[in-house]
Amino acid sequence: MRERTYGDRGLTLLWRLLSFMGSLLLTFTGLTAITFVIGRFMAVDPVLAVVGDHATLEVYEKNRIALGLDRPIIEQYFLYLKKLLAGDFGQSIMTSHPVLSDLLHFFPATFELATIATLLGVFIGVPVGVAAGARKGGWLDHFVRIIGLFGYSMPVFWLGLVGLFLFYGKLGWVGGPGRLDIGYDDIVTSYTGIILVDSLIAGEWDIFRNALSHIILPAGILGYYSIAYIARMTRSFMIEQLSQEYVTAARIKGRSFWGAVWVHAFPNIMVPLITVVGLSYASLLEGAVLTETVFSWPGLGLYITKSLFNADMNAVLGGTIVVGAVFIGVNMLCDFLYHVFDPRLRNA
Amino acid sequence: MSNTEILTWREWLTDDAPASRRQAVTGNIYRSVRAVCSNSAAVSGLVMIAMLILVAAFARQISGDASPIAQDLATRLGAPNAQHWFGTDELGRDIFARTVYGARVTLSIVLLVSVVVAPIGLAVGTTAGYLGSWVDSILMRITDVFLAFPKLVLALAFAAALGPGIENAVIAISLTAWPPYARMARAETIAIARSDFISAVVLQGASTPRILFRHIVPLCLSSLIVRLTLDMAGIILTAAGLGFLGLGAQPPTPEWGSMVSSGRDVILDQWWVATIPGIAIFIVSLGFNLLGDGLRDVFDPKST
Amino acid sequence: MSTDPLLEVEDLNVSFFGQGETTLAVRNVSFTLGRERLGIVGESGSGKSTTARALLGLIPSPGVVTAKTLRFAGQNLLGLRDQDWQALRGQRISMVMQDPKYSLNPVIKVGHQIQETYLLHHQASADDARRRALAMLEAVKIRDPDLVFHLFPHQLSGGMGQRVMIAMMLITEPDLLIADEPTSALDVTVQNEVLRILDDLVTDRGMGLIFISHNLPIVSSFCDRVLVMYGGKIVEECRADALHKAKHPYTQALLRAVPRIDHPVRELSVVSRNPEWLS
Repeated sequence: MRERTYGDRGLTLLWRLLSFMGSLLLTFTGLTAITFVIGRFMAVDPVLAVVGDHATLEVYEKNRIALGLDRPIIEQYFLYLKKLLAGDFGQSIMTSHPVLSDLLHFFPATFELATIATLLGVFIGVPVGVAAGARKGGWLDHFVRIIGLFGYSMPVFWLGLVGLFLFYGKLGWVGGPGRLDIGYDDIVTSYTGIILVDSLIAGEWDIFRNALSHIILPAGILGYYSIAYIARMTRSFMIEQLSQEYVTAARIKGRSFWGAVWVHAFPNIMVPLITVVGLSYASLLEGAVLTETVFSWPGLGLYITKSLFNADMNAVLGGTIVVGAVFIGVNMLCDFLYHVFDPRLRNA
Repeated sequence: MSNTEILTWREWLTDDAPASRRQAVTGNIYRSVRAVCSNSAAVSGLVMIAMLILVAAFARQISGDASPIAQDLATRLGAPNAQHWFGTDELGRDIFARTVYGARVTLSIVLLVSVVVAPIGLAVGTTAGYLGSWVDSILMRITDVFLAFPKLVLALAFAAALGPGIENAVIAISLTAWPPYARMARAETIAIARSDFISAVVLQGASTPRILFRHIVPLCLSSLIVRLTLDMAGIILTAAGLGFLGLGAQPPTPEWGSMVSSGRDVILDQWWVATIPGIAIFIVSLGFNLLGDGLRDVFDPKST
Repeated sequence: MSTDPLLEVEDLNVSFFGQGETTLAVRNVSFTLGRERLGIVGESGSGKSTTARALLGLIPSPGVVTAKTLRFAGQNLLGLRDQDWQALRGQRISMVMQDPKYSLNPVIKVGHQIQETYLLHHQASADDARRRALAMLEAVKIRDPDLVFHLFPHQLSGGMGQRVMIAMMLITEPDLLIADEPTSALDVTVQNEVLRILDDLVTDRGMGLIFISHNLPIVSSFCDRVLVMYGGKIVEECRADALHKAKHPYTQALLRAVPRIDHPVRELSVVSRNPEWLS
């Protein structure tokens, strides 16, 4: 069998990329189809939402036709898609703004939260996972497994509340709900929408510290789940690599145990780890929905739940599409990258 | 007595060469039960879940006279004391009784979701795996699309549209929970479909539904149960999340998630109102996770 | 050169304590080694690889190594500290492993892996180390050292990979080399080449060699003395050229089982095991 050339590999990659994009497209279509079905069939009659309960039959009919509701379903769906792609997510009842602009406005807060939580997950979870896997059966190993078990069993909204009670109520170590103390609102000009960054840019140390004290608890709570997951995965990757022959070979060359772990085994798990981190990020977006509600954190999650209470279907569905799309996108991308950089590639 | 050796129960069950189908089946069950019992994680999980079931079944007896819905505004937000073991909530209702009766709600959600999700997943997966070709492709595409969706957010959207209530919450959760079972059933079916005994049954003239239902599905059951147990915790957490947001079971029905939510405003002073129902959720999820981990160690050690 | 034996092993035992049962992987193994070639022959599970790892202090827990004497060039190996082991390994005792597909790190260039052994034991500049690595690649008869230096293990053929392995383990000119099934993963056509390279290098540097294999003909032609292991024990010890005079029935059975092209037989003879051999 002839050696696989770089040309072969490139072609396979291209094919894989294309089928990945195809799957992505298909899934996005599925998502929009579901939101379309929900919005059209399950919620309040869209015509009534416009004309009100007391409209006459003629007004009702006129609006029905204007909204395109007399067309076949498929056509309605394509109309819906067209609007989405044009950025028209409808109007929010709650804020009276276009849903899209609301989403863009609230997105940075969620991004901030999820990013810090993931950074915690990486910088704490990875070393802990490596150490746990290297000393399998040791106390750190058991600790990681227990932390992981708790992470899969504790409701995030409850943990958030308990955290608020303990660290804010009783100990006063952190700031309370919201991103800033009330007095600090709207002082900093928003370049990125991320208060931590904006306050640094403006040199406002007080505000930075205040923002930090407010974000640390919700990010910490979310971070816990990230740490639990990343540490578990790192541990199991490590255990697998440490049983490989090349690690023994490194020891034979004179490497110390930890030298073999970090210099030899760790580079081999970096790629699968990156995909794990991505998956963790995606799942944090979901956790953020409940966390933001508990901490009154003005992000996408809170937007969605508030719209829920206000029966603002446009906003709920718009938020669902955005969160759903990011979730799906990150997940599928990570899956794809994992298979592309599979160790199988090495022996090919 | 005759010359035949009389085996003790233990010997009969662990006999390597069972003489009858009944002996083989009960022997297998015995071996599985022993394996599970030797796994401490599984045992602890089993104990927790047994407690959940008992508490739900004997809620009346356990909570005695206390009613989960009787309000008494005079004693609202009372701390735990001899009369109200877990204190009272913002409407003066006994939290202990509400937690105990809440077990019923949790249990029913878990059962309902399982009952919906397992058949759908099995049906889709076994059909796709057995029939193959374009049926497989289409079914798996649909499964993959649903698999990629974020559970909570989508359940939120559904529940928002359908309105609150346990049934809608169950539907919402089920809609995103079924895909893994379809995938699993399909993988198992593909492995089984190649075996000789399936060919034998086909030659005997069995119809496809019969093959699927009577022969393939039973073999998928053990990994299905393991997976289901592992997923239970996640389902409970999602249901509690929906309850926290006011979807799911409606007042005055005591549901742990909504109980946590109602305690939210008073968390700083009357911490028990929100904390205690949350502990209940935690214990039950932990129980299912432990049991699931234990079952997986026993029945399917290679899966991650 | 000193007349101190390179390796003195007396009553080496390696046991693994499992759940309620103990496995004795190596039992009462004793031998000495000078600057000569010793072959250790045995089937899978006979304890030969475990013995090799015990000599390098690489038996993982729950394994336990005990011996009456375990000395390398006069240095006591029993109870050696980690730092001392690290100084020994790679520098004075080295091991070539079986399959370069698994024994080379997949994500590091082979040239850097060869350099690494040198840099772990010597203070040298990157250039110096690189030159030495390239010199080793030439010594193992790799035709284009500059190119191969920058390749990854999966880009090498089996024979090349094994030669890289040899280069990697010999760059520091150790006194003792253990070769654990060095040719078992290679095609037969490539085996001889690699063996010849090993032969030259071992002779040139005057190293002691322990050659572990399940392949009796190769061992007997390559080595000066042969140890036959079975069930963790040494059942035969003799000079390679005196193998045909072997006394233990297991060795005799092994010799009989080797197919010979000049004496075709209807049925290949198979070793019939006597449980007494395990006692």
